[in-house]
Amino acid sequence: MFQFFKKNKAELPQFWKDYELKFKDKMSDDLEDKTFCVLDTETTGFDYSKDRILCIGAINLRQRRIEIKDGYEVFIVQQVYGKDAAPIHGILKNSLIPRLSELEALEQFVNYVGNSIIIAHHAIFDLNMINNALLRNGLPELKNTYLDTSHLYKKTIIKSNLITKKEHYTLDELADKFTISKKDRHTAMGDAYITAILFLKILNKLQESGKKVTLKDLLK
Amino acid sequence: MKNTISQRVADFLKNFPPFNGLKDDDLQHLSEQITIIYQEKDSIIFTEKELGHDHFYVIHKGAVSLSRKTNNTIVDMCDEGDIFGLRPLMANENYELEAKAHEESILYAIPIAIFKPLALHNTAVGNFLIESFASNTRNPYSKNHRGKLYSDSTESDKNTSELPLVDLQPVHYSKKIISCGPRTTVKKAAEIMTTKRVGAIVIVKDLLPIGIITDKDLRNKIVTGDYPITTAVSKIMTTPVITYPKNLTITQAQMAMMKSNISHLCLTKDGTVDTKLVGILSKHDIMVALGNNPAVLIKAIKRAKKVKHLKPVRKSIMGLLQGYLASNIPMTLITKIISELNDACLKQVIKISLEKMETKPPVKFAWLTLGSQGRSEQMLHTDQDNALIFEDVSEEMLPKTTTYFLAFSTLVTQGLNEIGYEYCPAEMMASNPQWCLSFSEWKKTTSHWIINPGVDEVLLSSIFFDYNLVYGDVSLVAGLSEHIFYTVKKYPIFFVHLAKGALQNPSPTGFFRKFLVEQDGAHKDTFDVKSRALRPLTDAARVLILSHSIKSINNTAERFEKLAELEPNNKEIYMACSYASKALLKFRTKQGLANNDSGRYIALNNLSKEEKIKLKRTFKTIKEIQELVTLRFQLKSM
Repeated sequence: MFQFFKKNKAELPQFWKDYELKFKDKMSDDLEDKTFCVLDTETTGFDYSKDRILCIGAINLRQRRIEIKDGYEVFIVQQVYGKDAAPIHGILKNSLIPRLSELEALEQFVNYVGNSIIIAHHAIFDLNMINNALLRNGLPELKNTYLDTSHLYKKTIIKSNLITKKEHYTLDELADKFTISKKDRHTAMGDAYITAILFLKILNKLQESGKKVTLKDLLK
Repeated sequence: MKNTISQRVADFLKNFPPFNGLKDDDLQHLSEQITIIYQEKDSIIFTEKELGHDHFYVIHKGAVSLSRKTNNTIVDMCDEGDIFGLRPLMANENYELEAKAHEESILYAIPIAIFKPLALHNTAVGNFLIESFASNTRNPYSKNHRGKLYSDSTESDKNTSELPLVDLQPVHYSKKIISCGPRTTVKKAAEIMTTKRVGAIVIVKDLLPIGIITDKDLRNKIVTGDYPITTAVSKIMTTPVITYPKNLTITQAQMAMMKSNISHLCLTKDGTVDTKLVGILSKHDIMVALGNNPAVLIKAIKRAKKVKHLKPVRKSIMGLLQGYLASNIPMTLITKIISELNDACLKQVIKISLEKMETKPPVKFAWLTLGSQGRSEQMLHTDQDNALIFEDVSEEMLPKTTTYFLAFSTLVTQGLNEIGYEYCPAEMMASNPQWCLSFSEWKKTTSHWIINPGVDEVLLSSIFFDYNLVYGDVSLVAGLSEHIFYTVKKYPIFFVHLAKGALQNPSPTGFFRKFLVEQDGAHKDTFDVKSRALRPLTDAARVLILSHSIKSINNTAERFEKLAELEPNNKEIYMACSYASKALLKFRTKQGLANNDSGRYIALNNLSKEEKIKLKRTFKTIKEIQELVTLRFQLKSM
């Protein structure tokens, strides 16, 4: 097994080796030092093995700031096409938006994300989609630490017998709760932006009780 | 590179000067270079004397206060779409004011290096900047004349921070003129006036004002029967109209109205009847310009057609409250007026939400406020607690009816949130299925609380039983109250539990009469006036008044006054409690206004000796009333 892994590693493309190198240094626990990559994917459906990513949208968040020009949006050429999802994200199979092959898009994305902490709403879904795409292209899984805003929200709910916590909270539900405009809902980048603001508002709520919140607290 | 977010930012900016003067391409390019910043409430954006940043700021969401540290005055409050921190960058100076997030805010930071060349090459933008920088005398009362660009110059601020001579300010008139042609029938004209909610309509011919009809004309000439309602407006209109040029000052306008004994002035292009009508000025506009008073605010609330129109009114209410407290008006009166205004806002949000629903409510309903709002003790913006009762329907109709009212309640709670009421952290809101029930379901729920008074049930009842009808059907609420009293009579043990709950917060002073302060958390070493002083009084008042089967009085101070009347032998202590609850509420409200928060936690170091003594005096009363409750409900023996 080890042998296999080692052999495989030698064949990995340069961009992946560069990506792995970025994780060498140990990171501090202070949220102010961190770069977060808030992302969302639009896909052909919800099946990890059958469905494909059509679009990845991501923005960088550092010290509560988002630089618009650092936003990342990529559309991917796919042979699989889910008719059911098209009305939601509005990405048509043969539309004229410039698109990349899956491998090209992944390379760009991996270069973009670096060692930042990934934030997404129901993060497991987006990460599984991306990791499956990596696997199809002979690459290992992402190494990034990640946070899920749906999970983080639950930390803000006060402890009381009177409230029944739900298992899942949708992005729409939470955008309403925190009065965030839903204008660009269902575009990858629009959802990434909503998620970023949501993350900041949740963080603010968690810090209201006066405690300094560290990355460790969020990962709990 | 253009992306979804830069497009959205450009869409926002193009609604506001000076960006509306930019070419689309330039605006797109500018938007791509913007940084979006999230500022938590009370965080500083820049301080006095600080070196200019590379960016100036536009507020996307929230509000930012500009203030001078030296004398601690807020010079300006910027809202959504306003620009700040630009002038020092254009002039290469340091900041002269401190900018602080007054609410949680989202800002767009625009790089000056990219904006400056655009401003210099674009006349529209350049002119706007010159005008805003030059017009240092902006009228704080008139949004219309308020430059959207805030100067940071010391000299200009002197004019605005001291009370300006309001009388000589230009008036803000309505540009939306309600008019009709001369051959319109009086009936039609009256209909237009009703839907537009105005008191006068101008009769226009070829764009020129030829006459005016006011409510008074309708009363004097139509209702009396002198003319039928099918008469043409030209027959009864007052003509010619009194016209003035638009740059009238408030005093001029007032005098003009008094001179001709009229309530509306027509403003035309050059001030004569022979030029185009540009606006109309009513007595109401003058009242608004002269400042805030409750009558004007109520009118403004009732005229609001969208929730967002209520937001500035809420701010004015806070201004009014501040003024009342500063001039030491009795707390009883202040609570009455402010609660009325808050209540009117609430009603309007409900009305607006009802109009938003596609269909009318299927059955009668009642909207209740709970907790402090229900007790008319909510002066500051705090959380919203509310519930909804609807008339009983058949079993098969229940799910559909519940769905309707939940959707409606969600609209209302969102609206309330928009005008400054935080969502209840414990989800006690009508948008929660547990708080939006039919009459029978509510009866069942309240019975359950009364018959099984565990800790949660007592807490729930103590919040719910202060309900107050805000909107809707009175009989539903009366029916529920009746049911509650009937049930507690059968299960008197409930009072014992309610009383026990009332004693959960012990007397606020510890050994050596020192204040009990918070031990840890963000509020360490502060005094929690809500749970340590106000709540014991509120809880005691509730259990005592309910044991007398009185539901019509919710306000704590009034409850104690009623108790004094009912039990003359305890009059002295009840009156002391009434006084204490008013004093504490005032204390909390003042603290909240000073710190821009709920006023719940008081930093003892900031109190004067006199204030501390005042506060401690109420504690003695709290101790006495708690003893009375213990004795009355025989809690010692339990």
